Amino acid sequence: MYTEKVMDHFTNPRNVGEMENPDGVGEVGNAKCGDIMRIYLDIEGDIIKDVKFKTFGCGAAVATSSMVTEMVKGKTIDEAMVISNAAVAEALGGLPETKMHCSNLAADALHKAIGDYRDKQQKKE
Amino acid sequence: MRRVYLDHSATTPVDPEVAAIMMTYYTEKYGNPSSVHGFGRETKQALEQARNQVAELIGAASREITFTSGGTEADNLAILGTAEALRKKGKHIITSCIEHHAVLETCEYLEKNGFDLTVIPVDEEGIISVDEVRKAIRPDTILITVMHANNEVGSIQPIAEIGKLAKEHGIVFHVDAVQSLGKIPINVEEMNVDLLTVSGHKIYGPKGVGALYVRKGVRIVPLIHGGGQERKRRSGTENMPGIIGFGKACELAGQRMADDAEKQIKLRDKLMNGIVERIEYVKVNGPVGEKRLPNNVNVSIRYVEGESLLLSLDMLGIAASSGSACTSGSLDPSHVLLGMGLIHEIAHGSLRFSLGRQNTEEDIDYVLEQLPKIVERLRMMSPLYDQVIHSKKA
Repeated sequence: MYTEKVMDHFTNPRNVGEMENPDGVGEVGNAKCGDIMRIYLDIEGDIIKDVKFKTFGCGAAVATSSMVTEMVKGKTIDEAMVISNAAVAEALGGLPETKMHCSNLAADALHKAIGDYRDKQQKKE
Repeated sequence: MRRVYLDHSATTPVDPEVAAIMMTYYTEKYGNPSSVHGFGRETKQALEQARNQVAELIGAASREITFTSGGTEADNLAILGTAEALRKKGKHIITSCIEHHAVLETCEYLEKNGFDLTVIPVDEEGIISVDEVRKAIRPDTILITVMHANNEVGSIQPIAEIGKLAKEHGIVFHVDAVQSLGKIPINVEEMNVDLLTVSGHKIYGPKGVGALYVRKGVRIVPLIHGGGQERKRRSGTENMPGIIGFGKACELAGQRMADDAEKQIKLRDKLMNGIVERIEYVKVNGPVGEKRLPNNVNVSIRYVEGESLLLSLDMLGIAASSGSACTSGSLDPSHVLLGMGLIHEIAHGSLRFSLGRQNTEEDIDYVLEQLPKIVERLRMMSPLYDQVIHSKKA
């Protein structure tokens, strides 16, 4: 049911963990629906220098989280903002139909983390 | 890689003895049991013998057994067939919130078509209260349908008491016994059951065959019309290899039930206790002891999600199942676990292991060795576990 790439990211997820003083944090989902994704960003200038994630959820939830962290590392925040959930799924070689709506939220978590970063920046100014 | 199958409540392997006898009904004894000639007479006789084998396992007379394509069809035949037969008498049906979908969906279909449905709750162990059934009974109640043992948490229901109640009120009583057949004794007389669903592939028989016990004198309207086979209750040329295999599987189940149960209860408790001892924040779902099927283990592992557990176990060759939403195909986790009062996030982290004849102590040791590592890995990834780690540090 999952592609090899999904299973690879599920088995060896990239960038798992927390961050001490993140520049931005974004969380989506809730325990009731069975998926929670949290993304931490370390941003220097406009560049995403480091990214970490923690996810509670199914194979697709873990794999999309891992995939999105790999996709954004080193990108500018503007570049990261245009990454969609669909693009993450595509990068994994696709997801089962039933997973597209419930467990494919990693890009949303990323965008929320960037939003959090921007909010903090504004407050500083 | 070691392969450990612990999903026998989903399906079982066909016993080699069963498979061997089925084979002859594909290639040698292929006559249609309705035919007059010798080829037909030969299979007709075998058909009746299989019917007798099924009947014996549940304490019925062989003429009370109707073969179907499986448990789902038998449930449909029992419920729709009774509703149709008694629609002039009444329109009220009682069932429970932990039934298999084959029962629940069928009842809900009737509800959409003019019947009244009462779905009674269960307690936190997944057991139906006889009092709740009593309270639900109305003058126009025509059918009570309750499972014998639950497929997810293994809880055994007070069937004899509910049967007595149904009998006192002259209400038809249907029991889905797909999960209990061959695991714990069934006697339709002692349990006051009018209709009973059984299936082949959960007892080391083939898929695609089941049966409905219909007590003598109880009327049901058929779903499938045609040549009038199975006493006009279920038309269509009989699935002879399947029926022969199911009959043989019932015979073997009768012989092996006590030994199987004794062995599996030991393995069940070893697995269940082992998980609780080795992993923190685990909840056992369902009853412990005699009210639980000999082969069922169900636990919720907090802060992790069921499908992730299944995938991780599968990569190590271990087959289990889960009540998480991701495995149910809907957004909600198991209706059984929710019905028992579990909150969503704990239901999402449920794991079911169902034991079978071939499982060994080594299988259980292997699971107990691997599962804690899997849980540890997933928890380290889980944002829900953060608070636990942090509170531990503090």
